[in-house]
Amino acid sequence: MLAIAQKAQSLNDHLMRSVVEIADDHLILGHRLSQWCGHAPMLEEDLSMPNMALDLIGQSRSLYSYAAKLEGAGRSEDDLAFLRSDTEYTNCLLVERGNEDFAHTMLRQFYFAAFMKPFWQRVMAGGDETLQGIAGKAVKEITYHIRHAGEWLVRMGDGTAESAERLKAAIESLHPYTSELFWISDARAACVDAGLLPSTDVLQPAWNNMVSEVFTQALVDIPEVTYPLLGGRQGKHTEEFGHLLAELQYMQRTYPGAQW
Amino acid sequence: MKPGAENQAEDLLSQATAVAAAVADPELPFLTVHDLGILREVRLEQGVVVAQVSPTYSGCPAVAVIENSIADALQQAGFNARVERVMSPPWTTEWITESGRRKLIDNGIAPPTAPGTSKSLLFATQAVKCPYCESDNTQKISEFGSTPCKSQHRCNRCQEPFDHFKCH
Repeated sequence: MLAIAQKAQSLNDHLMRSVVEIADDHLILGHRLSQWCGHAPMLEEDLSMPNMALDLIGQSRSLYSYAAKLEGAGRSEDDLAFLRSDTEYTNCLLVERGNEDFAHTMLRQFYFAAFMKPFWQRVMAGGDETLQGIAGKAVKEITYHIRHAGEWLVRMGDGTAESAERLKAAIESLHPYTSELFWISDARAACVDAGLLPSTDVLQPAWNNMVSEVFTQALVDIPEVTYPLLGGRQGKHTEEFGHLLAELQYMQRTYPGAQW
Repeated sequence: MKPGAENQAEDLLSQATAVAAAVADPELPFLTVHDLGILREVRLEQGVVVAQVSPTYSGCPAVAVIENSIADALQQAGFNARVERVMSPPWTTEWITESGRRKLIDNGIAPPTAPGTSKSLLFATQAVKCPYCESDNTQKISEFGSTPCKSQHRCNRCQEPFDHFKCH
């Protein structure tokens, strides 16, 4: 009996840590996108990017709330989102990369959305009821992100010499970070084994297909990754992440517990 | 239970349901939470009115306002009340009532239109009917609009720009 209880407890911990990984991806990418607000190349994009940021931050809130409940240690969604140190964040490196130009931003968005759609689809058929509810909303929202970012990749790749060059430069710089989408932590592996989260075996082909479909239309090639760039899931982040976190956490660090 | 107590509880519940259902959406004030289909259930739990609300979009900033408005409306009507958020099953625009769809059109917003049958991932077209002149000859300007739930379109016939409540 004790062994069974311990096993359930440890699966609970694994699920909590896995949910935080996903929540961190969403919060950090949402924050990155929100930085475009007021700086977009045209008014429609100035609406689109904060709209997508809102989706991602909304999804992260639901995930953090669930993680806090699983942890049961009295921490709130705000504590998890705003009051951890940099090494405690376990988002993949892709989502924290800087906005650079519009091509980098749209490509980063596309890579992530193309990963999350099949992820949420399978979570909906998985064994966790709370995640099913979050996935049911998120899967519809992420479909807009794929279409929006994917159409821009085609416009840029099949556009002017300048836009195509910028897209190719973005692919060269960001593609090595996509390997981490498929890197599985111990916590995630335990949840996959328990049927709560989908495995890389099904997610990788789904992602490859979608990227290949859009890259073909955008007239660009998928590069070989010779040196995958990993570390975020283990709390090892890029220099840019510290700057992002300083901005993200400023309010809660200055006025702890502030609410409005 | 005393005779009539059951009827009394039923009356109380139907009054509370009417109060909660009449609360307006802060971003589309001509629609009630009933029109939108986000008020899932109102029940009595040991004398406390519990109203269940489903969010429209994960990040919709109106959700918290709506929850507070429902709780306030019920409390002002003399009920001891709380609001619960339910995620599952997820809200869909199919839950918008017929009268809600009519009110959208009356206010210049095209109601949710199912996407076309196109299988292509990108650049799929969608025939959204103009809420002013009912023409199908319209074009999408932007997938995202002033709130998470709307996209922007223009009518090629009457030239009016209009919002479309996205099919979700």
